[in-house]
Amino acid sequence: MKRVGALALRRLAQSVPVLLIILVGLFLLLQLAPGDTVDALLAQMGGGDAAVAARLRQDYGLDVSVPVQLGRYLVRLLSFDLGMSAIYGKPVASVIFERLSVTALFMSCALAFAFSAGLVLGVVAARRVNGWPDTLISTLGLVFYAIPSFWLGLMLIVLFSVKLAWLPPGGFESIGEGLTGLAHVLDVARHLVLPILSLSLIFLAIYLRLMRASMLEVMTLDFVRTARAKGLSEGHVLRRHVLRNALLPMVTFVGLQFSTMLGGSVVVESVFSLPGLGRLAFESVVQRDLNTLLGIVLVSAVLVIVVNFIVDLLYAKLDPRIVAR
Amino acid sequence: MHPTRRQVLVAGSALAAGGPAMAQGQPQRGGTLTVQLTSEQRVLNPAIQASTGVYVMASKIVEPLVDLDAQGEPVGVLAERWEGSADGLTHTFHLRRGVTWHDGKPFIAKDVQFSAMECWKKILNYGTTLYQFLEAVQTPDDHTAVFRFSKPMPQGLLLRALPDLGHVIPAHVYEGTDIRTNPANTAPVGTGPFVFKEYQRGQYLIAERNPNYWRGNGQPYLDRIVWRFISDRAAASAALESGQVQFSPYSGLALSDIARLSKDARYTVSTRGNEGNTAHTVMEMNLRRAELAKVEVRRALCHALDLGFFIENFLYGYAKLGTGPIPSSSAPFYVPRPAPYPFDKAKAERMLDDAGYKRPSRGAMRFVQPLKLLPAPWGEYTINFATFIQQSLREIGVRVEIEARDAPGFLTGVYRDHNFDLTTGWHQYRNDPAVSTTVWFRTGSPVGAPWTNQYGYNSPAMDRAIDVAATELDATKRKADYQDFVKLAVDDVPVHCAVEHAFISVYAKRLMGSHNTPRWSSSSWHDAWLAPA
Repeated sequence: MKRVGALALRRLAQSVPVLLIILVGLFLLLQLAPGDTVDALLAQMGGGDAAVAARLRQDYGLDVSVPVQLGRYLVRLLSFDLGMSAIYGKPVASVIFERLSVTALFMSCALAFAFSAGLVLGVVAARRVNGWPDTLISTLGLVFYAIPSFWLGLMLIVLFSVKLAWLPPGGFESIGEGLTGLAHVLDVARHLVLPILSLSLIFLAIYLRLMRASMLEVMTLDFVRTARAKGLSEGHVLRRHVLRNALLPMVTFVGLQFSTMLGGSVVVESVFSLPGLGRLAFESVVQRDLNTLLGIVLVSAVLVIVVNFIVDLLYAKLDPRIVAR
Repeated sequence: MHPTRRQVLVAGSALAAGGPAMAQGQPQRGGTLTVQLTSEQRVLNPAIQASTGVYVMASKIVEPLVDLDAQGEPVGVLAERWEGSADGLTHTFHLRRGVTWHDGKPFIAKDVQFSAMECWKKILNYGTTLYQFLEAVQTPDDHTAVFRFSKPMPQGLLLRALPDLGHVIPAHVYEGTDIRTNPANTAPVGTGPFVFKEYQRGQYLIAERNPNYWRGNGQPYLDRIVWRFISDRAAASAALESGQVQFSPYSGLALSDIARLSKDARYTVSTRGNEGNTAHTVMEMNLRRAELAKVEVRRALCHALDLGFFIENFLYGYAKLGTGPIPSSSAPFYVPRPAPYPFDKAKAERMLDDAGYKRPSRGAMRFVQPLKLLPAPWGEYTINFATFIQQSLREIGVRVEIEARDAPGFLTGVYRDHNFDLTTGWHQYRNDPAVSTTVWFRTGSPVGAPWTNQYGYNSPAMDRAIDVAATELDATKRKADYQDFVKLAVDDVPVHCAVEHAFISVYAKRLMGSHNTPRWSSSSWHDAWLAPA
């Protein structure tokens, strides 16, 4: 455990330069986008004279040169101050924190679903390779892989919300009903079914293909033959010998694709009006809310680093030959 | 109020059947109205930000001194009556008595004074111009506010501007604080029929019935209003169709969905109730570009646009031909005139030939450099119009290159850098030409000021016409003055006011008592009610 702690600290130290490069790079990149957050605000207001705009720029700290702005930001960051959000008029940290829980719940459910369903379907397909279950699952996988998530989301809404009226078409919870306890949990779950489906199907397809291929490969290896030869039951062979080894590429992929999923959630959150980080990021780009955007990028980068760290630890757990260091 | 067809039918059947049908025509208490909005705002304070996006939420909570009635005439809200001095320098408002703020404190003249001097004059967009010459607001007693101007202010202009630029906020909440960052900007305290309850950024805003509302008589009828922020337009129509939402204001859906829902018996799709929010979809031409500096060229480009086709096929018919910068919906100022540049391709080509821009060879393009067109990113109208212009001008031998940008990029490109030849635009008309219409044609706006004349149009005759009309106190003369303005604007055509349209509302038929004034979506909804589902 102590070793893991030390490892975590070392990883964190290693990631500081990376984070810095990401933040400074993004800051400079955004300077290339024409217009600032005051322009965005004026666009929303539909008018405003030059004096008003100048005063607003002063309020938002945009009246100084770019290096000074960047310097100020980095100095603030040293004291873990992410600054004020221009859109929300609140500290960026609290804005992100409000949205983070929604995205965390949404993404972990989507990831868990994609992973577990992909795993099961992959195993089933591999066991009956070239049989009808394999053909069916592989075809479905291709279809899922080919459907863009925003379109799938809209079609799910049309079918399940508009036509059948089974599930709500958007939002995170029923508004103003003051639900608590189990009723609240169920209400949120009802709202999340469609978004999770739209986000996860494409990943499900990837995982199932990966799992199938990896299972097929491991099943031909010598130690599996040995296991069978010593008379183990088929189920035991699959669980103890094949599955554990076949899982390694899957786990690698989860780590790698976590960031892709974070990107995909922008679209799905917009379609389903979920108040998550993805939509916040989109909104901050459109409104040129630099502080909020940098804050989101920072948090996302940390998330990706953490997830990949966990993946490294999982490797060691799955395959004792690999040592996390 | 003009009854809707449904109301007429209901009344008819009630007469015939008597009894239960009658209940349908009578306002019923209760129910939650859920409204879809495409985007949310940074503040919910209409005294410091004038935009429909703010009014559609905040004007149910915070009220103006004056609103417009069903005929489009000013009617008192927080002001009961008013009089103006003959010289136009003094306007006295007698305020409604017995009105209380949502926090229980009485509404007094000091609130009006504070709102006008600290918010409307100093911070509010368009207000800073309108109230530029407002010297003081005197409060001889708690129920009288006397506005003193240093230059004559036509009463008609003031009264027509007040519904948008005259919301009153409580002085006791804002005084001594930084108005821009006061927490009440996102948790407004007002006098309106609905009381602020909860604002979840990115999700929804809730306001609940004000049981102590000054109008009484059981008003407001609704128990609660919920505004949901649904940015994806397809998802927004799904929310409407699944019954999650009953009202989508301000053309909030995709035009194709609006056209589809207009055939659905469950919904009303109409521009009625939005006449006070009429706008033009325009083509602006940058006179810094040598070819466009010639008025014949500008006129030729206008003649090349088949606007009837555009309206029918791009806007599904929810628009009409523009006739000039003052829209036909503006009864006090509009004089009927024909659309100035009817579609005539041959004439357009001939005019360009005569201006010295002949095609070098058959089918070749006339200008050496293509025209750079920045589409205004204000939704389907302006973006589609850009592609339509591109296609149309190609027909007469003028190549157009489109450079799409998002809102901050567009504002910077057009208004600060002047880096465009053509742009589309959405020119909102705000009940009086002096509020935000003449500024498109007057010189003198500083570089970078959005929604102003930034295309280098400079006409002393135009400046004179605008200034004369703005301070004319006699309503009849003022109307005549504005016809001079319209004629100059149409002849010089730095801006082609191509298409006139009001916002489109889409709402469930069970939403009653609605869309009965010209700026209903921005009004207080005190008499709106929901019929049983």
